[in-house]
Amino acid sequence: MAANYDYEEAPGTYDDANRQDLGYDPNFVPDSVKSFVVHLYRHIREKNVYEIHQMYEISFQTLSDRLFKDTPWPSVDAVAHYVDNDQVFCLLYREMWFRHLYARLSPTLKQRIDSWDNYCCLFQVVLHRVVNMQLPNQWLWDMVDEFVYQFQSFCQYRAKMKNKTEQEIALLRQFDQAWNVYGVLNYLQAFVEKSNIIQILEQEKEGGEQFTATDGYDYSGGSNVLKVLGYFSMVGLLRVHCLLGDYQTGLKCLLPIDISQQGVYTSVIGSHIATIYHYGFANLMMRRYVEAIREFNKILLYIYKTKQYHQKSPQYEQILKKNEQMYALLAICLSLCPQAKLVDETVNSQLREKYGEKMARMQRYDDEAFAIYDELFSYACPKFITPSAPSFEEPLVNYNQDAYRLQLKLFLYEVKQQQLLSGVRTFLKVYSTISLGKLANYMEVDESTLRSILFTYKHKTHAVDSDGKIISNADLDFYIDDDMIHVVESKPVKRYGDYFLRQIVKLEGVITDMDRVKLE
Amino acid sequence: MGRETPKQQQQVSYTVEQLVAVNPYNPDIVPELENYVNEQVSSQTYSLDANLCLLRLYQFEPERMSTQIVARILVKALMAMPAPDFSLCLFLIPERVQMEEQFKTLIVLSHYLETGRFHQFWDEAAKSRHIVDAVPGFEQAIQTYAIHVLSLSYQKIPRPVLAEAINVEGLSLDKFLEHQAAGSGWILEKGHVRGQLIVLPRNEFNHPELKKSATDTVPLEHITRIFPILG
Repeated sequence: MAANYDYEEAPGTYDDANRQDLGYDPNFVPDSVKSFVVHLYRHIREKNVYEIHQMYEISFQTLSDRLFKDTPWPSVDAVAHYVDNDQVFCLLYREMWFRHLYARLSPTLKQRIDSWDNYCCLFQVVLHRVVNMQLPNQWLWDMVDEFVYQFQSFCQYRAKMKNKTEQEIALLRQFDQAWNVYGVLNYLQAFVEKSNIIQILEQEKEGGEQFTATDGYDYSGGSNVLKVLGYFSMVGLLRVHCLLGDYQTGLKCLLPIDISQQGVYTSVIGSHIATIYHYGFANLMMRRYVEAIREFNKILLYIYKTKQYHQKSPQYEQILKKNEQMYALLAICLSLCPQAKLVDETVNSQLREKYGEKMARMQRYDDEAFAIYDELFSYACPKFITPSAPSFEEPLVNYNQDAYRLQLKLFLYEVKQQQLLSGVRTFLKVYSTISLGKLANYMEVDESTLRSILFTYKHKTHAVDSDGKIISNADLDFYIDDDMIHVVESKPVKRYGDYFLRQIVKLEGVITDMDRVKLE
Repeated sequence: MGRETPKQQQQVSYTVEQLVAVNPYNPDIVPELENYVNEQVSSQTYSLDANLCLLRLYQFEPERMSTQIVARILVKALMAMPAPDFSLCLFLIPERVQMEEQFKTLIVLSHYLETGRFHQFWDEAAKSRHIVDAVPGFEQAIQTYAIHVLSLSYQKIPRPVLAEAINVEGLSLDKFLEHQAAGSGWILEKGHVRGQLIVLPRNEFNHPELKKSATDTVPLEHITRIFPILG
């Protein structure tokens, strides 16, 4: 395979002043590591996806916990000769190397830049060369996920200009292409395009292609890497656009993936959660509360049922964190858009436990309520970024909070506009008809103001969906005839259709099982 | 409310839409996107995706931002109500820019429309002619939005309420009502106390009995799951 992976990093460049890694020798390769890379390299060459997955998910973690708790793994130069100096393997090894660094230690600026370089090399290889590997979906998802995470982390880091050293500023100026937003977006976009994934998914619907059915794996001797990276990049794009505050485009990027069905995105729990979390959040910011509630409900129920199986996994903590954040977002959605029947019993009881009291206070819309909305939003929102390069001229300031503050401000602004609605709901619940004059009296406003409130209620509860149609999400509605308000309570309709479908499938399953018993 | 430019439009707009779909993360397309905004204004068309693309690029390189273009984008977004386009655009505009006078005015205008305060809206709009006159079709678009909100709320609406919402009175209002009666099915009645009553067309929002039992329809894809069982 390839020639030397020429990398200009020398031992000892790692800024020891930053960490207490006394005695870290990047050239020392313990036997277990040697064995690890040799076997991993062989499995990749032989396309033993299952073994690769075991080594990647389990062995790497075990070795990290045992030997590299707070130091990096041995440098790639030290292990390269065990793996024929294979360029692609070295790039993959370094990707894991940096990911481990970010997870356990604090990367220096130079390390951040080097990691960017590594991603560029790795991605160039996948995009422009014929790659003959099959890698586990978990690994491919982690690559995209980590890529976006390191971008987010870099933007946060770069925006804290106040205490930067001369050295750091010089490096930032010199390597201004590292982690620039155009590069990040264009790589993700390139994966989507070059892999042809959108057309593949469309053709699959018509039976022309096999992708979801094989979990993205290629059983005809080819490689799954480009296709699956292209697929996960759509989720990556959704995530980056959410970080920028562009929810509409983010959702558009995700459109080719049908989240009402299982798919490759559900084959990795991290990807499943990231997809729904960002999908739900984007819908929340676009005021499509019902859609957000539906999806949060589904995923929270799923996590509740399956989290025990992930207890040993390195993603467990992340799963729990996202779980808590989504409960907070669900609490927000339900406070802004009360819906009685959309939330499953299990999820509802968890929600009551965590946020029951806070939700009651949020619906009072007083100052305390806004403080709670602020608290929950700040806890659960993505780590918004300012994508532009810093100014090196002015007095150096920290602007890493700017993006978050803007999104929070606009969100609370929307909440404030809905402030008067809870008052009107209370009255609508009690009356079946009431004149405008009388209601204005009770609410201590003039009729003109009352009309505005009623218009606001109608406007806010009738959202525009993705097709431009108006959908009512009001559980309590009304219409006005001249000066009389007529209240209409929407009765929950029993979903017979769904019920029958479920029972039919269930019965079929039982019959199939019984048939099997007879044959034995 | 016209969201997307029809493809039969000039060559230029077709190319821009393609650019936005295929190569959006590219600083070189800023001038074309800016021209496209001006074209949307003059030809009374609209493309949210292209405008969001431009706002993003401004976000990436703030020195290139043209506040005049941003203001025009926001006015067009306002005209797209009830769609939330205005706030979608605001999410991408830095706070310090939003503090400028013309943007504060636009935000106030949006606030009035979001909270059904039509009287205050038209007052404020009259004071800000320089902003709103720059975009043809503004008045009609807002009137369309106002009528939309009224149609959600009212079965029969008193004339003064309608007049205030769309900022039309007297003979112009008479003409407007005639036009709507002829083309959009409005019916003009005599109210019992306060003069004319306008009966708005029936829809599922002001006539709840018309609400389709949408919750119990089953999409075809779900039925396909049981085809093997049925067959």
